[in-house]
Amino acid sequence: MKEILGKKLGTTRIFHESGEAVPVTIIEAGPCPVVAKRPTSKTGVTAYQVGFGQCKKARVNKPTAGHFAKAGVEPTRYLRDIHYDEAELEPGAELKVGMFKTGERVDVTGISRGLGFAGAMKRHHFQGANKTHGQSDRWRAPGSIGQSSYPSRVFKGTRMAGRMGKDKVTVLNLEVVKIIEEENLMLIKGAVPGFRGSLVKVRNTNRR
Amino acid sequence: MKRIAQIEKGYLKEDIPEFKSGDTLKVHVRIKEGDKERIQVFQGTVIGRRGGGTGATFTVRKISSGIGVERVFPLHSPNVDKIELIRSGRVRRAKLNYLRNLTGKSARIKEQLSDSDKSKRNAKEEKVKAEKPTEE
Repeated sequence: MKEILGKKLGTTRIFHESGEAVPVTIIEAGPCPVVAKRPTSKTGVTAYQVGFGQCKKARVNKPTAGHFAKAGVEPTRYLRDIHYDEAELEPGAELKVGMFKTGERVDVTGISRGLGFAGAMKRHHFQGANKTHGQSDRWRAPGSIGQSSYPSRVFKGTRMAGRMGKDKVTVLNLEVVKIIEEENLMLIKGAVPGFRGSLVKVRNTNRR
Repeated sequence: MKRIAQIEKGYLKEDIPEFKSGDTLKVHVRIKEGDKERIQVFQGTVIGRRGGGTGATFTVRKISSGIGVERVFPLHSPNVDKIELIRSGRVRRAKLNYLRNLTGKSARIKEQLSDSDKSKRNAKEEKVKAEKPTEE
């Protein structure tokens, strides 16, 4: 298991030599300095606290600065825990994109774009109602949300309109199309959750 | 965005001739059949261009045995082997979707002549004019 933090830069399309057009998401992944080592869990997976991204010195408070100094690492914008068991790491070590190879399969986790208060059609893919046949202003309504005298209430969890997005989403089994080590970039086939500039976590997949 | 453009740069073609809507093109397309590869030529009028970077495409329309055929080509695709400019047309809009509703004579596009072509034509016309009075 290996993981790395990254920033979603955006999407584009590139061409294979065969002429095939490939939609790709560009992720700036790493370098992630290891800041602390977590105790090994019962399942034998070791977690590490790693940093990612530049940050202004003035933005780091004294306790955090001390935490970074202990590891001998420059303060970073983000601090997250990741799993890594390919080798034993010590604080101060760095994780880089180079640990992923072209053609490898990865899972990408991120926070999806916040879409605000959205109706049932957009949020839950409800069908909506007829525009015609005597209808008026019911096109995008969710329809019935329950029964009558029994249960006389709406069940919890009934899908309705509400805040959409800003959820933790993992997209499984995406192909790594290209790694550019010098620039810490990785090109991943397909879409990845989050807006441009958002933090994502890339790990090798256990799917086949 | 700059960094994305930088990555796209490596995939952009540099030998694309300048062309616009209304122009007539010959597009050489690579076609794979099994393990054989051949090149097919699609000749028609450009009715629009869209997009930028690696995603740029253009639409070519032709009338093939009486039926209108349109193909959208990714401008920078390796499958588009070569683009040849046959004739540049004089049109007044960027998207020529109106051509779809026209047939025959009305679907023609006037040729846009370059300045050198124009001066040649004018010289010819003047010559004709100069000769006419002598006939009368």
